[in-house]
Amino acid sequence: MFYFLVRRLAVMVPTLFVISALIFIIIQLPPGDYLSTLVSELEAQGENVDQEKLDFLRQQYGLDRPVLDQYALWLKGMLQGDFGYSFEHNQPVVQVVGDQVLLSVIIAFATILFTWVVAFPIGVYSATHQYSAADHTLTFIGFLGLATPNFLLALILMYLANVYFGTSIGGLMDPKYLDQPWTWGKLVSILEHLWVPVIVIGTSGTATLIRRLRANLLDELQKPYVVTARAKGLSETRLLLKYPMRVALNPFIADIGNLLPALLSSAAIVSVVLSLPTTGPLLLKALQSQDMYLAGFLLMVLSLLTVIGMFLSDIALAALDPRIRLTGGRLR
Amino acid sequence: MSDNRAPAPTPLRHYVSDAPFDPAETEEISAEQERLSTSSGWRLMWLKLKRHRLAVYSGYVLIVLYGSILISEFLAPYSLTHRHTDFIYAPPQGIHLFHDGKLSAPFTYGLNYRLNMENLRREYTVDESRRYPVRYLCRGDSYDFWGLFESDLHLFCPGEGGTLFLFGTDRLGRDLFSRIIYGARISLTVGLFGIIFSMVLGIIFGGLAGYYGGIVDSVVQRLIEIIRSFPELPLWMALSAALPVTWSPILIYFGITLILGLIDWTGLARAVRSKFLALREEDFTAAAELMGAKPSRIIGRHLVPNFTSHLIASATLSIPSMILGETALSFLGLGLRPPVTSWGVLLSEAQSINAVALYPWLMIPGLAVVVVVLTFNFLGDGLRDAADPYH
Repeated sequence: MFYFLVRRLAVMVPTLFVISALIFIIIQLPPGDYLSTLVSELEAQGENVDQEKLDFLRQQYGLDRPVLDQYALWLKGMLQGDFGYSFEHNQPVVQVVGDQVLLSVIIAFATILFTWVVAFPIGVYSATHQYSAADHTLTFIGFLGLATPNFLLALILMYLANVYFGTSIGGLMDPKYLDQPWTWGKLVSILEHLWVPVIVIGTSGTATLIRRLRANLLDELQKPYVVTARAKGLSETRLLLKYPMRVALNPFIADIGNLLPALLSSAAIVSVVLSLPTTGPLLLKALQSQDMYLAGFLLMVLSLLTVIGMFLSDIALAALDPRIRLTGGRLR
Repeated sequence: MSDNRAPAPTPLRHYVSDAPFDPAETEEISAEQERLSTSSGWRLMWLKLKRHRLAVYSGYVLIVLYGSILISEFLAPYSLTHRHTDFIYAPPQGIHLFHDGKLSAPFTYGLNYRLNMENLRREYTVDESRRYPVRYLCRGDSYDFWGLFESDLHLFCPGEGGTLFLFGTDRLGRDLFSRIIYGARISLTVGLFGIIFSMVLGIIFGGLAGYYGGIVDSVVQRLIEIIRSFPELPLWMALSAALPVTWSPILIYFGITLILGLIDWTGLARAVRSKFLALREEDFTAAAELMGAKPSRIIGRHLVPNFTSHLIASATLSIPSMILGETALSFLGLGLRPPVTSWGVLLSEAQSINAVALYPWLMIPGLAVVVVVLTFNFLGDGLRDAADPYH
């Protein structure tokens, strides 16, 4: 197990390295850099430019140097905890981002919990009552969940939440708690606002998970050992819980790896619609205004979250499923 | 085990036929079985797909939808940009069949517009005294049909002097129904072009990994893992934000399809690779090898045909995510931009909570997206089941 952990960790390093390179290429793609755009804009408006500061920034981040040097500088800075400077906000990136990464993580975590709690009973029910009316209905709702653009769902739910529960529109907490220290009231307010994004973000993931659990469980239920157990007179509940369920549960853990990127993806757009103070809207703005270090940092954080999530799910899977080979070969 | 069997025949005397014995005769194969056993894989797949009724219906719906994009101009009652300045944010108008309890040809009622000065809302009331029978194959907005000829023929138009806003109008008074029909052109093809690009990449990379194995395989596998660990949408956002603003709408359109395909190919590559690996070990491959077939022949004649059906099934299943992706990007303003009209562009008008509360019909393009994505999913599911010979 120890060896497995070390090997798995060792794989993460080059992965993150390649990811950082890809991200850097992407944020470099738009022609020009933020500073030159800014200067031309300011000059067009006839305002004077703080040349000294520009020069300092340009030098600090090597914007006048070749791309490869810039990348090296960026990477070096990140390793030292300096994630760059947000040109738009005139602040170091870390300060701009602040709480938002934490809130993103909270939402992602809550959504995974939601996905599990909802998908588990529905999946089991669908599998044990295959082709019943309820199964068909649930399957159809699941398909619908997969097919609905989640920003649309977000809009509708937000509207309904406002009309029926009086939840304030947009945001993750009541406006009065914004920028306040963490208190009980703030937490409650967040929880009140959390359910809309969690449901919206979780829908497609839940639908996928239900379908997978159903398929897995159906496969398991046809195996001879189930017939044997039934022949020996095991009660249906016990029979179900004893083995097939445990095997069918694997995707719950294994899927975190697939779930997380999808989840952060849909979180990004849903947050824009619901104007949640998470990384999504920030990323959108940063991308639109070519605030490259901010965008790069956010992309990096999102990828880091998924890589860590996959790592955790691999470990959990290896711990739970003895069939996973710990040495040699790769994990699937 | 019933007793009323046919009366036992009189015992035969010992008899030996002079005719030569043909073992095939004893295993009687009906004509139908015969046809089945000699029919091609594609035919088998079709027979199996036919039994999946939902998939077949979905296929028909898709054929109709894709057919419609060929003649959008003809189907839409109005042109893409026709602005009805008197009918801004008009609600959907129903087509009625009954007037005063009597059946009549389909018609629409007149719309009366009033600006409510108290809350500055536009209020529309139906005026039942005015009736406009819908016209068919009529002259309306003129259009340029695929650059071939000018025409102004439409399948149906509002009655003389009346209006026909099946799905209401938007903030510029443009008919939403017509715009959805035109938008299908972009929204439906984005997925197709994207999937073609992604299939090319998937086959190349998956094929390389599956055929060469070893180090190539590991590299491709790592690459796939890395790309998969990116959250899709933020990456799409970043890439489409990188498209130069100076590009023409049509270039942006191709740029977006390229971006969609660029990230989507990993799933297909994995499918291709695993199929390659599995089929390489099959007996028929070994047999072909023993008979001296060259690798190119083995791949082209024996491997590829065996997984094309799978490939098509997985491709069908990944088109929806592309359509949803384009919708999301355009909704955020990072994807296609007006004057290009896709369903996502239409939906970006429904971005505010006001739109949901006051003009809910602006979300109808979302319904179109749902329908298309659903049908693709059903069809893909059916195809996947049909392509798999073991179930």
